[in-house]
Amino acid sequence: MADVAAHITGTVWKIEVKVGQTVAEGDTLVILESMKMEMPVEATEGGVVKEIRCAEAQAVNEGDVLVVLGS
Amino acid sequence: MFDKILIANRGEISRRISAVARRMGVRTVAVYSDADAELPFVREADEAVRIGPAAAKDSYLLPEAILAAAKATGAQAVHPGYGFLSENGEFAQACADAGVVFIGPPPAAMARMKDKSEARKIVSAAGVPIVPGSAGVLPDVAAALIEAERIGYPVLCKAASGGGGIGMAVAKDAAELEKVYRQCTDRAKAAFGKEGVYLERYFTNPRHIEVQILGDGFGHLIHGLERECSIQRRHQKVVEEAPAPLFAEGAHAEVRARMFQAAVSAAKAFGYANAGTVEFLYQDGEFFFIEMNARLQVEHPITELTTGLDLVGWQLRIAAGEALTVQQDEVQRRGAAIEFRIYAEDPVRFFPSPGKITRMVVPEGEGVRLDAGYLEGSTVTPYYDPMIAKLIVSGANRAEVIARADRALSSYVIEGIKTNIPLHLRIVRDPVFQAGALDTHFLEHHAKPA
Repeated sequence: MADVAAHITGTVWKIEVKVGQTVAEGDTLVILESMKMEMPVEATEGGVVKEIRCAEAQAVNEGDVLVVLGS
Repeated sequence: MFDKILIANRGEISRRISAVARRMGVRTVAVYSDADAELPFVREADEAVRIGPAAAKDSYLLPEAILAAAKATGAQAVHPGYGFLSENGEFAQACADAGVVFIGPPPAAMARMKDKSEARKIVSAAGVPIVPGSAGVLPDVAAALIEAERIGYPVLCKAASGGGGIGMAVAKDAAELEKVYRQCTDRAKAAFGKEGVYLERYFTNPRHIEVQILGDGFGHLIHGLERECSIQRRHQKVVEEAPAPLFAEGAHAEVRARMFQAAVSAAKAFGYANAGTVEFLYQDGEFFFIEMNARLQVEHPITELTTGLDLVGWQLRIAAGEALTVQQDEVQRRGAAIEFRIYAEDPVRFFPSPGKITRMVVPEGEGVRLDAGYLEGSTVTPYYDPMIAKLIVSGANRAEVIARADRALSSYVIEGIKTNIPLHLRIVRDPVFQAGALDTHFLEHHAKPA
């Protein structure tokens, strides 16, 4: 299990994965936008998307969990 | 001259325009979003009008809200600053239709410049060298692949209606181009509502040199010498200087003279008036037109400090129908200046770092000027670009400016958020920077943390 957290404060621009999807380490899960910049949030390890804890256009803080990965 | 103007912008540039206007006896109206209600630019203007919620598209980018504020306050003119609506020809036209003066170029000139592929055709016809690239916007990826073969890899894929580095990417071969083409079209559509992209040759170690333009409504147009803005990250400027180190001690004098001539020719081809900037890439003795920015540039202070030209003041006078009384031969460089853009971001990875400024100690000293949008206690929100201040240092020559900049940056304290001040210190202490051997990839190779 891995909680993938926002590394910056901003808003969720795009969610690139769906629950149940298999992802590899380094795959883009969510794209955040902050200060006119897009920042991809990548999978910290390979696995299956168990839970998505954010919605597009939602404001998030650094450290907030966005996606939960499992096996 | 106007009695009252509205400033359709925020942060440091709103404060700066407001200060110049009030010095000229012009009253000022600030507009602000909910996110900015507590910032100094709102307090310092003579009047302030709330125009909407935090998101720029619902406030600073909303022409109706700006014009309604102008009407409500009786402002006779609107200064758009830079970014937001500053290069939006439809907004300039909407101002004219509402009987409000747009402080900037004529809407017709803006329309000719807005589409970058059209702009290239116009300046090329005027004899200005352009970067080798696709003749216009590309219909599909197949056409892009054919054009890229002709131009030669690596190629830069750019959104036709883009700016500020948004919707730009490099492809070093056909496989990369297919991927990058899709990204650029998607991003262009999301950001600008148009999906056109074009290609151009990508330069491995170019310098970014730009020429200030100032013209009035009677056909008198001059250039205000050059600035070098080669130090960039993600295609955005970080440090700008005047004069350009490229032209230090009379080097490349012939290139410099041709570049000034090309800048004036480009501006005239667009039918330009007011303040603007013609940007060039320089590599190996050749220079090429990139684009003309139809607005006041972020880095305009380094030109003001080294030429004595009052660019913001002239913008107001020219918009009010006055003639530009400065002649070309009166524009002479005195000394040197460097501007450091202070960004709310991690100084190594350049990640954005919004938050509350818990402590701030501002630099002082001879030749040190700080144009800041925030004070101690201000909150930097994630809604707008990361530039929170500009540190502008001037002196008799580049060495003196660098020494003063080192002292100023060393004494500049901002706590609560991360800033790129440590990066600027690494830059001014870098021997390659000190030698003036700059190119736009400087930060990929130099000024790295120890």
